[in-house]
Amino acid sequence: MILGRIVGSVVSTIHHPIVEGARLLVAERLDAGGQPTGGYVIAFDAIGAGKGETVLILDEGSGARQILDDDKAPVRSIVVGIVDEVELNTS
Amino acid sequence: MLLGRVIGTVVPAMLVDELSSTPLLWIQPLDREGRPEGDPLVCADGTRMAGPGQVIYWVASREAALALDPWFVPVDDAIVGLVDEVRLYPPEDSRK
Repeated sequence: MILGRIVGSVVSTIHHPIVEGARLLVAERLDAGGQPTGGYVIAFDAIGAGKGETVLILDEGSGARQILDDDKAPVRSIVVGIVDEVELNTS
Repeated sequence: MLLGRVIGTVVPAMLVDELSSTPLLWIQPLDREGRPEGDPLVCADGTRMAGPGQVIYWVASREAALALDPWFVPVDDAIVGLVDEVRLYPPEDSRK
């Protein structure tokens, strides 16, 4: 899983049926220090994550299909948690 | 999934049988602000509705095949949907 921060959303009316009624979030990827890496991912929302929140993103298809309860969902990235804090032990 | 823009259509002269009914489009990946990022790639079009200039989102690896109908197809990148709009929150709002 990766850490990300919600920076936007995608509006789409023509799509695969699995996207119907789903929220597509734009999340920037974060490094160990919580800073943006420059990368991003478009992820399904399984949890109701909102703008600016740091989130846990599952980036693997089989687990994503399990969460969506659809073994043919063409989905790999899905927001599965909202992160309060990441403690980094540097010592 | 990532954003991309359709920059062309791929017309194959010959294909393996498994790919014969799959529309193939030439895609330039985009960053989240819509700027080109990385090398173009060929995506199967699961929506069958994307055309040149269209901004789309696409998925790679095994999930790509699942975007297609029929789904048991040997592809590695596929379009899942067409983008109407990418709403990016203002930077000051997304900081926490």
